[in-house]
Amino acid sequence: MTHAGGYIADPRIRKIEWLPWVLAVLCYFVAPSYLPLGSYVLTMVIFALSLDLILGYGGIITLGHSAYFGMGAYVAGILAARLTGEPLLGLLAGTLGAGLLGLITGMIILRTRGLALLMLTLAITSVCYEVANKATALTGGADGLGGFTVQPILGLFKFDMFGKTAYLYCLVVLFVCWWLVRRLVYSPFGASLTGVRENNVRMHAVGSPVYQRLVTSYTISAALAGLAGALLTQTTQFVGLKVLGFELSGELMVMLILGGVGRIYGAFVGPLVYLVAQDYLAKQFPEYWYFGIGAMLVLVVMFARGGILGIIDAVIARLRRKSD
Amino acid sequence: MSAALETRSLCKSFGALTVADQINFRLDPGARHALIGPNGAGKTTFVNMLTGRLAPTSGQILIGGDDITALGQAARVKRGLGRTFQINTLFPNVSVVDNVAFAVAERENVAWRMFHPASRYRSVLDESMALLDTLGLAQDARLTVAGLPYGKQRLVEIAIALGLRPRVLLLDEPAAGVPTLESHRILEVLDALPKDIAILIIEHDMDVVFRFAQRITVLTQGTVLVEGTPAEIAANDDVRKVYLGERHA
Repeated sequence: MTHAGGYIADPRIRKIEWLPWVLAVLCYFVAPSYLPLGSYVLTMVIFALSLDLILGYGGIITLGHSAYFGMGAYVAGILAARLTGEPLLGLLAGTLGAGLLGLITGMIILRTRGLALLMLTLAITSVCYEVANKATALTGGADGLGGFTVQPILGLFKFDMFGKTAYLYCLVVLFVCWWLVRRLVYSPFGASLTGVRENNVRMHAVGSPVYQRLVTSYTISAALAGLAGALLTQTTQFVGLKVLGFELSGELMVMLILGGVGRIYGAFVGPLVYLVAQDYLAKQFPEYWYFGIGAMLVLVVMFARGGILGIIDAVIARLRRKSD
Repeated sequence: MSAALETRSLCKSFGALTVADQINFRLDPGARHALIGPNGAGKTTFVNMLTGRLAPTSGQILIGGDDITALGQAARVKRGLGRTFQINTLFPNVSVVDNVAFAVAERENVAWRMFHPASRYRSVLDESMALLDTLGLAQDARLTVAGLPYGKQRLVEIAIALGLRPRVLLLDEPAAGVPTLESHRILEVLDALPKDIAILIIEHDMDVVFRFAQRITVLTQGTVLVEGTPAEIAANDDVRKVYLGERHA
């Protein structure tokens, strides 16, 4: 089984699906010095989940998803700098802001398909980047936006310098996002997205409002990306132009492909492996670390199209055949 | 009684090229009607206009007496127009039953539901399974479509369309590409289709046409050459000249 969901899929949570959460909680106790990296990984998992929803299920190929991540990040940042540093409000604002941008841009670009769509996603990111770059009064431009404080969560949990609160905050937010995405993927709506990805022409022929489905999924995905962006702003207390960069979109795509597209947990494995490898390689080979990332990607694309989870599937299938 | 499906003076031109010219066509409720014609006669264009993939240059299309010329594909499906494709147009990497369930879910308006799992909608699954059962595909329900033999894939093609419970069904060469040994299975399924569905079959195989159809329309160069019963068509000199050739002469 690769793509989860559909009318005969068992939606109950399997035991193995608790593994990431057990590991994430263990990390908190075992590796306290890695918590800032851990928070970043968790944030990127949310971002990758949002991409998986449209790429893995809807079949929308995009290189502009950082537009929504960046939108969420800046909305949360500007809100904290200008109005209030209340974190949950910031998350909500970032989510809604990015969702609105996703709705408007989605309505325009989803009329196209394939390469034209890909180009338009790139264009949207570039436009957002330039807007953030020029609107220095609001965004700080190339210097970035910082110097704001994020209030304690629910007025109780203060963000500490070791990143303990931030890590748990990210973990809880990710858990909620995962639960929602999982429900969506297993729902009739998720099944219909699979139908659109599998055969757009046939979905039209069975009376599906394909365009409205795609715009809806794109909006939800953009909102989720914005949530991730807002989370990054709050946990790092800084927003830079990088959050709107084309590189981030590309990096995100690489992470998801590395983990495995269209299976929810690819969005967990990909960012974890990519970012940990990046951290390790950057320490060991400060000059050549991108070589290691590149080699890893080449290997996955050449030999394991299903990503790391695809490799695991293949190994399990082979073991089962041997034991029969 | 209004026709299940009707076209009035339907025309389509691409620039100077006219591919449909004043087509008047009528399909009665429960009809078994075949559309035949040589390659390039405009059959596919005609079907694409009926389903809404192509907009006609002029003329009208009516379902059950209502003008639907301006409606999109999805709206026509909701009015009871179903179709199959000449070349398999399935959801290859999902199960056979999901292929049908996608269609049933759209018809039952559950495909927008986002919160509860799809498997909770038992009526969709049950109906899809029952449909597969009538087509002899119950054994294959949980298999991936891409792994099915071609002949069975042709049946899934029909199953998806039936999941829409159409009043009018357009079958675009249902037996295309199926080996003769297996095509009898397709014919059995066609014979067993519910009698209240009006069916228009587009077919090259004359054995299928003459076995299945009660009326035949012959299309050449975008116009209706003649319409009649199979016996009339087989006896028509014009038809023999342009289409049937020496074999049926």
